[in-house]
Amino acid sequence: MQPILEIEHMSIHFTQYAKGTRRRELPVIKDLSLQIAPGQVVAVVGASGSGKSLLAHGILHILPRNSHMEGRILYDGSELTDKRAAKLRGREIVLVPQGVTYLDPLMKVGDQVRGEDAAPDAAQRARKALTRYGLAPETEELYPFELSGGMARRVLIATAVTHEPRLIIADEPTPGLDAKAAARILGHFRELAEGGAGVLLITHDLELALTIADQVAVFYAGQTIEVASAADFADPANLRHPFTRALWRAMPEHGFQPIEGAQPYPGTLAAGCPFAGQCDRSTPQCREAADLPLRSWQGGMVRCLNPRREE
Amino acid sequence: MTTTNRRRSTLFLVLFAVAVLAAITVAGILLNGRAMESDFARKNLMPCLEYPFGTDWMGRDMLARTLAGLSLSIRIGLLTAAVSACIALVMGIISATMGRWADSVVCFCIDLVMGIPHILLVMLISIACGKGFLGVVTGVALSHWTSLARVIRGEVMQLRQAPYILAARKLGIRRWDIVRRHMLVHLMPQFLTGLILLFPHAILHEASVTFLGFGLSSEQPAIGVILSESMRYLTTGKWWLALFPGISLVIVVLLFALLGERIRLLLDPASAQE
Amino acid sequence: MTMTLQANNVTFTYRGRHGAPVLQNISLTIQSGERVGLKAPSGRGKTTLCRLLAGYERPQSGQVLLDGKPVCGMRGVCPVQMMWQHPETVVDPLLRLGVTLSESGPVDRRLLEELHIEDGWMERFPAELSGGELQRFCLARALNPATRFLLCDEISAMLDLVTQAQIWSFLIREAERRDLGLLIVSHSDSLLEQVCTRIETLPV
Repeated sequence: MQPILEIEHMSIHFTQYAKGTRRRELPVIKDLSLQIAPGQVVAVVGASGSGKSLLAHGILHILPRNSHMEGRILYDGSELTDKRAAKLRGREIVLVPQGVTYLDPLMKVGDQVRGEDAAPDAAQRARKALTRYGLAPETEELYPFELSGGMARRVLIATAVTHEPRLIIADEPTPGLDAKAAARILGHFRELAEGGAGVLLITHDLELALTIADQVAVFYAGQTIEVASAADFADPANLRHPFTRALWRAMPEHGFQPIEGAQPYPGTLAAGCPFAGQCDRSTPQCREAADLPLRSWQGGMVRCLNPRREE
Repeated sequence: MTTTNRRRSTLFLVLFAVAVLAAITVAGILLNGRAMESDFARKNLMPCLEYPFGTDWMGRDMLARTLAGLSLSIRIGLLTAAVSACIALVMGIISATMGRWADSVVCFCIDLVMGIPHILLVMLISIACGKGFLGVVTGVALSHWTSLARVIRGEVMQLRQAPYILAARKLGIRRWDIVRRHMLVHLMPQFLTGLILLFPHAILHEASVTFLGFGLSSEQPAIGVILSESMRYLTTGKWWLALFPGISLVIVVLLFALLGERIRLLLDPASAQE
Repeated sequence: MTMTLQANNVTFTYRGRHGAPVLQNISLTIQSGERVGLKAPSGRGKTTLCRLLAGYERPQSGQVLLDGKPVCGMRGVCPVQMMWQHPETVVDPLLRLGVTLSESGPVDRRLLEELHIEDGWMERFPAELSGGELQRFCLARALNPATRFLLCDEISAMLDLVTQAQIWSFLIREAERRDLGLLIVSHSDSLLEQVCTRIETLPV
């Protein structure tokens, strides 16, 4: 099937002022490739602060002014330019942002869900969207501060889906929610995918992502180091990259074992595999290799010199 | 992708404004003697090459007088704005940290000062202090701190609830240390911008009070004095006596406003990276 | 010496929100050496309870007592310290981290080594560190020698699994060594089961 979204070798840099008027380039995302087919949920999993949100902003072409993006984004088979993104976002491509702070605190929920839509059936459509997520018509009369965390999340989803989008980007939809509420919110995204939309789920929570995702892309120091199907996570032997396996073993139900060290900053990497510092199997080649490519390996993708199966 | 270095161009504008203002100040001080010099052989000259701003009815060089007046205005503005901003900082911090009682007292003072029209208040204080330099400075300084004090009060109130300040308090850090270490740095952008944006107000109010005769004494070459004297000669067609000093005053005020605006852009984290 | 942190029938309503209290007649006791997990659906006042126990807020009725003395209004370093979900809000963004850490007095070398806090961080500003690094840094600050109870409000919710496991394995070791009492708020049941000695549920 034709993928709804294809990202090819996307990189995002920031231009920042260091001291005085000197400027420096700060790479945040490096060589990211991704595909989403209609009806699929693809999760991008990475540590907080690793620039995952910028991925969403990059796709929507709403990056801050001091950043720039390289690579290619194809939507529905043809290139997603600035102009096209501006036309499609909010309609065919929607963002479900992180939390209540994205709602206008001085506007009633009903008005926010309706948005700028002036069509005569807008009010009805908004109500339908709210009811779909278990929000009573009274919710329309509430202000954002009167909503609980879970309700606010559902309002944000309702706002996003009033126009029957084909691509939904969800940026950290679950923090602050208890397990039950989080599962319910994620269930809504699964439903949307069953309805034929592509869902890109950006999160730091691998455990929750695994409950609904078809594919998982693991982010490490600004790079995708592995793309695996969710089923691969049933057994660590199926995982390709040593960091993914470390993540698996660090899950509370799988032993809760940490590995030493921390992720390097995207900007500090000169050459070599970013994970080499934490990897128990790194070789001198790993530290020297320039530009490791993301390559196909046993039904998934991996960015590693010797992605062996675990014995 | 931006290709121009915005921070550099902004900094350039700021330096340009500072340089012009500093040049006017210094030139005015140096030309003070010439501004007082009268020579009836050259009285009432239209603007010409030798006297670009013309001369007045006593044959005084209007360019020198304008520069001297602006210089005096800038120096008074500097002093009053600095005093005003410091009052605002102290009042704002007291109001937000010393409890409800202090807050009501400060807020009452703010409302009181804001409730009276500025120009009237400056005049009253100036008269009470015996007019002249002291009168004008006290008057302007005591009437301009209110809005900045409100801004700082709000800012401190918000800071007080910041988790990192709560955490510092739990570690037993004393109240004064918290103000010094955590709050003053955060207030700096508001304080500096507020200070610079106070200049134009201070200068204009000084000039208007002097113009009305309640400020600096008439032998000093202040812009207010120049403008008020020139009013008497306007009807006789000596337009240059008011036009050039007036325009210069407007330019100086605009320069200060530009300076404040640009500095705000540089210091405000929301726009600092643009 | 065993100490007890106790909330007795506390009720709390946020100012301006008339009517429904966030917490009503809640009681909870933590002894030193215990690791108590706290479970409740979101919006039921787990964070508020932590803030009350740490003395950031005063309950409208009921008391929060540390060995019989009220926690609110204690002078000096409070023996009850709180860790927050978003470490970047708990450190002054304009101060070098060394200055922030010095607020907790001289920090034990051993603590810095075990938390893998590098000396170079002291010269940096918070924006230059990742969430996981800042959270470890905040732990070093909160584990002042005077600290006896640590309230952890979703402290690993925003971290990746590896960092989460690192932090908890350190905290369990440290709590056992110093006989600290921990209150652990988390939405993850499997985490609570791994870490806690006892799990409490807030009544609805």
